[in-house]
Order: sequence, then C-alpha cells, then structure tokens
Amino acid sequence: MAEFSLPKNSQIQKGRHWPAQGAKQSRTFKVYRWNPDDGMNPRVDTYEVDMATCGPMVLDALIKIKNEIDPTLTFRRSCREGICGSCAMNIDGTNTLACTKAIEDCSAGDVPIYPLPHMPVVKDLVPDLTHFYAQYASIRPWLRTQSPSPSDRERLQSPEDRKKLDGLYECILCACCSTSCPSYWWNGDRYLGPAILLQAYRWIIDSRDEDTGSRLDDLEDPFKLYRCHTIMNCARTCPKGLNPAQAIGEIKKLMLARRA
Amino acid sequence: MPAYKIHEHTFDMVVVGAGGAGLRATFGLAQKGLKTACITKVFPTRSHTVAAQGGVAAALANMGEDDWRYHFFDTVKGSDWLGDQDAIEYMCREAIPAIIELEHYGVPFSRTDDGKIYQRPFGGMTTRYGEGPPAQRTCAAADRTGHAILHTLYQQSLAHDAQFFIEYFALDLIMDANGACRGVLALDMAEGTLHLFKAQGTVLATGGYGRAYFSATSAHTCTGDGGGMVLRAGLAMQDMEFVQFHPTGIYGAGCLITEGVRGEGGILRNSNGERFMERYAPSVKDLAPRDMVSRAMTMEIREGRGVGEHKDHILLDLTHLGPEVIHEKLPGIAESARIFANVDVEKQPIPVIPTVHYNMGGIPTNYHGEVVQLKNGNPDEVVPGLYAIGEAACVSVHGANRLGSNSLLDLVVFGRAVANRAAETVKRDGKQAKLAGDACDSALARLDKLRNANGGTPTAVIRDKMQRTMQADAAVFRTGDTLRDGVSKMREIHASFGDVKVSDRSLIWNSDLIETYELSNLLDQALVTIVSAENRTESRGAHAREDFPDRDDANWQKHTLCSVDERGQTNIDYRPVHMYTLTDDVSVVPPKKRVY
Repeated sequence: MAEFSLPKNSQIQKGRHWPAQGAKQSRTFKVYRWNPDDGMNPRVDTYEVDMATCGPMVLDALIKIKNEIDPTLTFRRSCREGICGSCAMNIDGTNTLACTKAIEDCSAGDVPIYPLPHMPVVKDLVPDLTHFYAQYASIRPWLRTQSPSPSDRERLQSPEDRKKLDGLYECILCACCSTSCPSYWWNGDRYLGPAILLQAYRWIIDSRDEDTGSRLDDLEDPFKLYRCHTIMNCARTCPKGLNPAQAIGEIKKLMLARRA
Repeated sequence: MPAYKIHEHTFDMVVVGAGGAGLRATFGLAQKGLKTACITKVFPTRSHTVAAQGGVAAALANMGEDDWRYHFFDTVKGSDWLGDQDAIEYMCREAIPAIIELEHYGVPFSRTDDGKIYQRPFGGMTTRYGEGPPAQRTCAAADRTGHAILHTLYQQSLAHDAQFFIEYFALDLIMDANGACRGVLALDMAEGTLHLFKAQGTVLATGGYGRAYFSATSAHTCTGDGGGMVLRAGLAMQDMEFVQFHPTGIYGAGCLITEGVRGEGGILRNSNGERFMERYAPSVKDLAPRDMVSRAMTMEIREGRGVGEHKDHILLDLTHLGPEVIHEKLPGIAESARIFANVDVEKQPIPVIPTVHYNMGGIPTNYHGEVVQLKNGNPDEVVPGLYAIGEAACVSVHGANRLGSNSLLDLVVFGRAVANRAAETVKRDGKQAKLAGDACDSALARLDKLRNANGGTPTAVIRDKMQRTMQADAAVFRTGDTLRDGVSKMREIHASFGDVKVSDRSLIWNSDLIETYELSNLLDQALVTIVSAENRTESRGAHAREDFPDRDDANWQKHTLCSVDERGQTNIDYRPVHMYTLTDDVSVVPPKKRVY
C-alpha cells in the first residue's frame, strides 16, 4: 500500500503567532518556516502586519516582517521590480514573484506563503534550485554557429526574425512555471520542464543559430520533452505573462515535421 | 575565538560578483586559459545588471552619422571634465568591437529594417563634438537590454570553463604584509562553510552601493560589498561624492523608468503641463544629461510646479508615442508603470521623481582595471593582485556624471580589459607564495563578532537611519550646513554599528548575518560619500552645492580619495584627472562651460 501520510519529520506544525501591536488595519500572513539547523519539523508562523505602514506588495510585507518582527525569516529577494526572479514563491496558492504580487490582489483572509512547491527546501522560503539550473546548462543555451561571425559587424537579423524571440527571451528563470507543473513534480529528474524547454525553443527559433538539428536531437527523448501533457499551469502562473506551453507545442511540431 | 574550518581553493584569478562586468571578466579569463573562479552572492542572472533597460552606447552609426570620437567628446563633457580622458578614449573606441562581440554571443538586440542593431537617442549623446544633431548611439533590446545582455553573458560563461561558486558571500580581502591582495575569504551561504580563495589576482565586480539611500532604483543587493572590503583593507575610494539621481524613478516605488522613454520621444511635464526642460536645456531639452534633468525637476517642484497631492513629483508623458512604439520599444516600462504606479502609459503619464541610481565613484583603477592608490607621491601606484570593474570601480570614465547607456558599456569594455590584462601579467598555474599563518585572522574575528553580535540595535534599524540621513543630507542639491549636519549624523550612525544585534544564530542561509555584513559595507561607503561631499566646495556634475554653485577647475579638477579606519576616522587626499589621451586619434577636450 502506498503511504499517503507524510513522514513524521515532514509534518507541518503550528508555529509562532506574532500579533500586530496597536494596528488599526492589519493583514495576516501565514509563512512556512523550516530551519535545517534546529532539528525541528517545519511549521507555519503567523504574522500580523500593520497595513498602514506597509508597502503594497507581498515582498514589502515580508521585508517588513524581517525588519521589524522577526529577523530570522529567510527568503531571497533582489531587484523588487519583477526582473531578477529571486523572490519566486507560492503565495495565496499560486507561484509568483513576491515583488509584483499586490497584497490586495490576494484572496480575502489570511495570506499563505510557501516556498516553490516540490523543490528541496534550504531554509524557510529558499528552495534549492541546483537541479533546475543544471537542466538549464544541459541544453547548452548559447548561440551555436558553424559559419564564422562577420569580422567587424553584427550578424544581420530581420525585424520579423527578431520578433520570433518575443515572448521567449524575456524569461527570468524564476522557476515559477516548472515548479507549478505536475509533470515536473512527478518526473522533474528527467523531464526538463516548461522553463528550460522555453529556453530551448528560444535558441531553436533564433534565425542566427545554426544548430537546430542537434538541439532537436537532444530533446528527442521520452522524458525531456514529451512529459509535457499541456496541463498549462506554466502559462497560467508565469509572472511575466509568457507561454511556455506554446513554446513546447512548437518544439513538438518541429519534431513531427522533421519526421515526415 | 572558536576554530573555524576553512576550505582552501587555489585559482589563477578569482572574480567576485557575477553581473555584467564580473561575467564578462570570468569567461574572458577562462578563455585566456587562466584557472578562474567566480564567486557571487546571488545566482548570476539575479545580478542588478538585469534591471538595466535603455541600452548600451557604441558609435556603430547604424541609424545615422556617428563616430567614436563624438562619443568620446560627449562622455568627457558629460563627466563635467572629471573623467580621465585616456580611459574615456579607451572605452569609446573599444565600445564598437565590444558590442559587436555581444551580438555575436547572441544578445537579442532589436533590429533596424536592414537587420542591424537598433539604436536610440539618449541623454547627452550628440554628433560632431556637440555641434550636430543628437546621436542615435544607444543599442537596445527593446527596454530590457540589461536582461538580454546579462543572460547572454551567463550563457557564454556556461560555454566556457570557469568555476562558479553561487550564493557565496565575500567576507573580506586577504591582503599580505606587502600590501598585495592574495585572495578573498567567503561564506557558502547554503552550507554555512568558510572558503578561502587564493589567487594571483582578485577582481572586484561587486556593483554599486545604491542602498545607502532610502529611495534608490538599485536592488536590495546593491550594497557595494567590494567597496566595503576595500575600505576595510585600508585603501581609499575615489570620487564618492558623485551619486547619480536618475530623473525618472517611479514616484513612491522607486523602480526605474528608462531614459529610453525620453529617447523615444517621451516628455517631462510640470503641473502646468509645461515641457519645462526647454527652459533648462534649450537644444537637447528632455535629453539633457541626468544631473541636469534631476536638478531641473527638483527646481520645478521647489517652485511649486510639482504634481500630486503634495506637489512633490513630476509627470513623464508618453501618451503621444502611440501603442506601436510602446509595444515594440517600451513594453517593459509599460508593465512596470501598470504594476507599480497603476498607470496605463498609452493613456496616462507616469508619476516620477529623481531617484538614486548610480555611483560614479568607486574603487580607483586605471583603464586596465588594476586598482591604483596614491602612494609615496605616485598617484597611479598599482595595488598588486587587485582589480576592480563595473560600477564598483572608478576608472574614471564617468567623472562627475555618467551618461545613460555608458554603464552597460563600462561593464563589458572593462570586464574584457581585465581579462586581456591578466593574460599578459598572470601566469597560468603560476606558483603562489605561501600565505602567512594569520592571514585570515582579522576576517575570522570579524565573522565571529558579527554572528554573535548581541547588542541593542537590530541591523534594520541602523540601516534605516543611515538611508534616511543620506536621503535628506546628500541629495540632488547640497549645502554646507546640511552636509555638515549629515556628516555628524553619519558618524554617529556609523559608530552605532558597535551595538548591532543579529538575531539569527544559524550558519545556514543566515540572511540576517549577510544583511549585517552588507550594512557594514554600506555604512563605510555612506560615511565616505558624505564626507567627500562636504569637502568638495564647488558644483560639478551630480555634486550640486548651493553654497558653491560654480565649477572651480583651478582648485577642484581633481579626484577625491577618501579612506576610513575602524573608528570611523576619514582621511582625504587627491589624484589628478588624466588630461591626456592614449593616442593621437583624438585630442584632449579642454574644460569649458557645460551647456546643452
């Protein structure tokens, strides 16, 4: 029989409650906590934050908690404007960037905040993305050409060909899409997942790249590509509004076309 | 002090930081066959280069007349004659091959109809030595050029044989008794282990320290860790009083709206709807350099022509550009304006305010990226084994005011330069002298002190005081009174670090400890900044003194050097500006009045 209950040391406990002192208008954040150092189970701490002195985004609330309530709360953040991809996490049930997710856009009531799902956790909201990055490197994501570059000028590319990169090159490698994908949860060890396949397609479709054949060869594999079952969570969750599922569909079409 | 176990690594070169400059240096060094490590506190594509929007300057002449010598002239004038002209010549000439090379690496630049790299106008970029029409010199990938370049540079790094140490935080430089840099001590954030990187050369590519201020376009991670380490090593920083305020940070949020908006035709308006830049810079108007536009905006607000409930900001209008230009050329800022200002840029103007953006000052270097200091009367004495590039450095190519799109350029040109220099001066697998047994002691003592710090003031409280003081007293306009007041406050805040409290006692991903290290780096640089600003009794570029409104070349056409000791005592000295060029291809631009 499959065991459906979590092992004892994974069961999430009720954590500390930090009430807001004297706040007229507060919002409650329920935040996943786990510290590998203390030997304790993960827990969910409850923080009440005074909205009168808090910025509009979920990241503002997390920073306020860290600065004023509990400096041990651990999360990644950097640009705070949705371009670096550091603060990807699961907020209110959806993978997104804390810096561009408005608190008022979260559903009414408490706001649950967890690390990106199905990734090993390093501490609190910090997931281990080593495998995700290794998968990125595995597609050899750089311009590959046979013909020599022109010596003193750029390779030419028409505006139409350049347009084909729109919706692809903007990816910030935040991993929201891959970690929202049930196929990736199940087969993430071998399935490349939506983020990496979108990156793969970015090079396949670049008119300057001359290695399409071998790029497609590399993806011709029951796991790497074909574990995409068009569930579409990736497109729904992408904080940059990209559509990895469509890119995967285009790769599958190219696979079919070259078999024909 | 408990014994800390240290993992030792030996490389030919170690690069600290993986933004545009650090990555370009890292794979450049690897390409030259040097055994190279890159240590970075964030995964490379999270570095703040990713947030650069408008573009990177190079006189490719894809979209009209241009010449690298015009670019040279504009940069000298933009620097308000504080830039070193040999370094500026080097950067503007090398811009062309450096950008072509980026394209060959695969950067998805926007394109002209004939398939070349698209170039847009930017502030202070002109033709014919300032006499001709505005230059279209800034190479762009829509308004996400930094993102496009940073990702491409990381991809190139994957293609080369360099070793990355990701989420490693550099604690301190390891200097020997002769004043040479021998490597760096770092903390692996995920494991909580200590790593000593011994190298023939250490390259600091750690970026600026924008977070010394309360409101900055800079990322939370822009804490100038290289500058902090350099000051702790007893070396001087250069021209720290020159802090660039970008005219168009989003009011409230502080997020950047690229100057490229004005390059594409966007207009700044006051509460009367007036295009006020016509009065301040009649010829180039909204495309004046950033220091001038930020001052003009501040003047408008002061004189009661600001907008909003508190009349405290300005509007950036791009409603007349039309949806096509916005979708093609400015999609990123349309998204930022919607998210952070709740504005539909096709229908409404963006509320903006001058916001701290860039540090012209930094670790003094020559145009090879070698760190220099004033020593025994020699202003160009190289510190053996130490290099600095990018915003962390002060070459100085930006002088008193950087032109927009010269920063991404600075990154790639000097990232490349350092690799070329090391190829000439560093031996592959060269033997390194043994380090003294106590080489890491002071760095370890500091780590032990900070991770157990149990004073009365949390890191965030000290940081907030510093940021508010810098914001109030070292702003767009400065006066002797506010600066003196600011200096005395900053000295107090600096001293209060002795009472810092760190709550997180773990060593695994201890961001409380990391933020405390970062605060310490910021504090030293904030102090040096405001002390240098108080000291410079003239107005030049971004340093505008109301009590000394004119530029004073006779007394002040020189670089400030400022160091700080453990007790917060600062020491000021000077280096001459290089008023010579590298070749006869271009002549020195003598100082004249800077009008546009």
